[in-house]
Amino acid sequence: MNRFFAIALLPLLALLSGCNAVVMSPSGDVAVQQRDLIIISTVLMLIIIIPVMVLTVFFAWKYRQANTDAPYDPEWDHSTQLELIIWAAPLLIIICLGAVTWMATHLLDPYRPLGRIAPGKAVSETVKPLQVEVVALDWKWLFIYPEYGVASVNEMAAPVDRPIAFRLTSSAVMNSFYIPALAGQIYTMPGMQTKLSAVINNPGAYQGFSANYSGAGFSGMRFTFHGLADDGFEKWIADVKLKGTTLDRVTYLQLEQPSENVPVQHYANTDPELFSAILNRCVERGKMCMSEMDEIDAKGGLGMAGIYNIRSLEYDKYTRRGGAIFGPDPAFVVGICTTQEALQTSMNTVPLPPLNTSPFVGAGLPRPSPAQLFGLHRLPSNS
Amino acid sequence: MFDNPELIKLVFGRLTLESFPLHEPILVATFIVVALGGIALVGALTYFRLWGYLWREWFTTVDHKRIGIMYMVLGIVMLLRGFADAIMIRLQQAMAFNGSEGYLNAHHFDQVFTAHGVIMIFFVAMPLVTGLMNFVVPLQIGARDVSFPFLNNFSFWMTAAGAVLVMMSLFVGEFAKTGWLAYPPLSGIGYSPDAGMDYYIWALQIAGIGTLLSGVNLLATIVKMRAPGMTMMKLPIFTWTALCTNVLIVAAFPVLTAVLALLTLDRYVGTNFFTNDFGGNPMMYVNLIWIWGHPEVYILILPAFGIFSEVTSTFASKRLFGYTSMVYATIVITILAYLVWLHHFFTMGSGASVNSFFGITTMIISIPTGAKIFNWLFTMYRGRIRFELPMMWTIAFMLTFIIGGMTGVLLAVPPADFVLHNSLFLVAHFHNVIIGGVLFGLFAGIYYWFPKAFGFRLDPFWGKMSFWFWVVGFYFAFMPLYILGLMGVTRRLRTFEDPSLQIWFVIAGFGAFLVALGILSFLIQIFVSIRNREALRDLTGDPWDGRTLEWSTASPPPAYNFAFTPVIHDLDSWYDMKKRGYKRPESGFRAIHMPSNTGTGVILAVISIIFGFAMIWYIWWLAAIAAVALLAVSIGHTFNYKRDFHISADDVVLTENARTDLLAAGVKS
Repeated sequence: MNRFFAIALLPLLALLSGCNAVVMSPSGDVAVQQRDLIIISTVLMLIIIIPVMVLTVFFAWKYRQANTDAPYDPEWDHSTQLELIIWAAPLLIIICLGAVTWMATHLLDPYRPLGRIAPGKAVSETVKPLQVEVVALDWKWLFIYPEYGVASVNEMAAPVDRPIAFRLTSSAVMNSFYIPALAGQIYTMPGMQTKLSAVINNPGAYQGFSANYSGAGFSGMRFTFHGLADDGFEKWIADVKLKGTTLDRVTYLQLEQPSENVPVQHYANTDPELFSAILNRCVERGKMCMSEMDEIDAKGGLGMAGIYNIRSLEYDKYTRRGGAIFGPDPAFVVGICTTQEALQTSMNTVPLPPLNTSPFVGAGLPRPSPAQLFGLHRLPSNS
Repeated sequence: MFDNPELIKLVFGRLTLESFPLHEPILVATFIVVALGGIALVGALTYFRLWGYLWREWFTTVDHKRIGIMYMVLGIVMLLRGFADAIMIRLQQAMAFNGSEGYLNAHHFDQVFTAHGVIMIFFVAMPLVTGLMNFVVPLQIGARDVSFPFLNNFSFWMTAAGAVLVMMSLFVGEFAKTGWLAYPPLSGIGYSPDAGMDYYIWALQIAGIGTLLSGVNLLATIVKMRAPGMTMMKLPIFTWTALCTNVLIVAAFPVLTAVLALLTLDRYVGTNFFTNDFGGNPMMYVNLIWIWGHPEVYILILPAFGIFSEVTSTFASKRLFGYTSMVYATIVITILAYLVWLHHFFTMGSGASVNSFFGITTMIISIPTGAKIFNWLFTMYRGRIRFELPMMWTIAFMLTFIIGGMTGVLLAVPPADFVLHNSLFLVAHFHNVIIGGVLFGLFAGIYYWFPKAFGFRLDPFWGKMSFWFWVVGFYFAFMPLYILGLMGVTRRLRTFEDPSLQIWFVIAGFGAFLVALGILSFLIQIFVSIRNREALRDLTGDPWDGRTLEWSTASPPPAYNFAFTPVIHDLDSWYDMKKRGYKRPESGFRAIHMPSNTGTGVILAVISIIFGFAMIWYIWWLAAIAAVALLAVSIGHTFNYKRDFHISADDVVLTENARTDLLAAGVKS
């Protein structure tokens, strides 16, 4: 029964490519190449899989105990030629597959700008890719079109045959951005940026979703991806501009709150710095951006002073937030990019005690106070 | 007292009446069933006055055979729990279409799939694999026990303690809602502040100690305690795979311990290893957990490969083809197991060269694995194959596993993985290799060594029922998932929009139902076999015409395994001894030095449960007391000087004479 199933499965897979298996019949050139790779790899492996399956069944049947006509050789346990073949045959297949893998992985690297929009159709130099910034929120998708200054939630559109350059991040937890008809998926991770290059070749409405479990509202993180003709896309943008509301940092922080099965929303005026602020985790005013931290650190850092530059988080950004039982309260690094902000911060902060430069603990050396040992310099000191 | 919230918090931590899921009808019903079952079990044990027997002969035993059997019992009990979760997932996914929310809310469903994964890997597959290695390895190498018998008992009870904590989460609080590998930031305190994630951490940490120590123990046993003449290249193949598996355990499990410890620090004291802010990086967790996680896959599959080798050779009545290449294949897999972890997250944006490297190393593993499959094939070639149950499972394995291997290599091609990662295709793939490889192997092993452990065979009729239900059920349950994966359906979804998918989920649910019948048949089989044990009795100790040392002793083996340490001249040592007309010695027995039983392992495990529970619920006074008690009992145990005893020569003579009589009866009948 089982062997019957195994063999029955293969034509079934072939059939699937004709019907609604979107992975096997996608509409974007990248996904098409990925589909081809699946087929090539499968065929390569079947060269060895099918004979092994047939041999298994055949040997099991032929050398069954009842068949006393079959030769029986209980001491035969080695054959150099045979062993060479059984190591070499899989090796050869893997060499072929490895070569295919090396090339395909580089050609289809999601970070690599597209070289073609369809087989034989190179990307013309005049066409600039459509820039789309994607943010995975709890639990919906935000798409920002920096060239047009518009944004949308849980709906995305792109013109047919124009390369799309995605830049992706996440506001809270990991998700994976996946439109099976368009191209393979890529993770979206908080504080990190990933990239994806793709192109849609056939107009239509396609399903997109998160392919990495991200919490209670995960199942509802679906959106529609519209592949539109050029004029259709212009019209979509114009509609969004006409009917959409403003998306600035304040409205973003409201949008960022966890919500499930969110309907489509459009935004006409989008803060051009928003994506970079989300990526660098500094949408809230007063928070230092990760890019700034990196820059400060690259220039040698702030030294000891750098670790005092934090303030407790005064409002609850995520309803899900909890704090470590023994740890400090949720806090953030204060931005010091403008003088005004720096002044504001310093006015709200308790003055720091002078830094103790006494050497570390050791035989015969004075012992620093416990507060200094545990880095509690922020607290007002009684002594 | 009860109107002082501070005091209540001090005494009970964050445990409140609301922590008990009294508002969840499914859980209350489950609890009632479990409680009634528990009361019935305790009542029966008390009525038949079995507590003393269980404590003296089983709970405190240091006999590797009994510890192995206890591992198997633990694994099978937890299989029922893990499978109940599987049925719940299948039912939910078959229902939740056309706007229906199904019958599980997200809070419940997310716990169910997390618990399913955690239980199946840590508390089903691991105990079953460890149990078989524990039982078989010392017998195969002609040893009387493992190197560290007390440690063995302690390891088992720590694994059981982890299982108890997981089961406890069902009725006290909740389990993690993060997926079985609990990626941060989702598993961090900011996004999973509840006790479920802490159950996960402490259950795995406690069970992990058991697994690691048992790995050290078996490794030392195989290296140091082989019978004279048994060089490494005369080591039975199952023991070879066990050796490699334990090398993997010893090298991989500390990584799990460390990464969970870092996550614990993040959650308890506010460090920032894996947080979003303050320089934390969740991808470090993802890397570390897979540096453990990928070798873990081979920890499970290698012993299964060993079982298939033993079974194929025994039931084809023929030497194993290509023993040497089999050994090298195992070693190559062991090494490569550490070089492939990144293939679990090609889609996290590593560069093309990194992805290609890990993709190709992954494919290379299929070469030694392929060689193994060919070796089994050519072991069957020119054999005389007896289709007893272990052999049936082996054939089913060869045909099933190879499909899983193929889809695995497919997923190792990074661009293909970009479209299949996290899809139901992936879910189908790893069930294909874990069920089709590990579980089929465990069944083959259970049927193969059961007569050795208990002295009677398992009933073949119900065994065949179980076999067919399992195998056919497996195909019905997982082939639709391959198809759904190609339809772009991702894993862990609770509700669906596209109604055309439903039929496939219904077929998969039907498959799960068939597997349920398979499990039921297995339980009936054990019951029927115990009832008919006299008819199924094996008097010879060698019911399958075996080839390795474990078949040279009685079934079940005496406490000391071998009255005289055997001397090895050939790879198939028992086959060689039989061929050369080996005569079992019937006189000249001497007293045998054996380790003594001790209850320390049980006590330490119980204290560990209390410690874990207290840490989960922030009951600090209890955690402190438990930690001190753990130390005190461990130190106290070092002053226990009653560690060994001698089985007197007279007792050995009695046992061996009884076997002589049995053998004579076997020859007559």
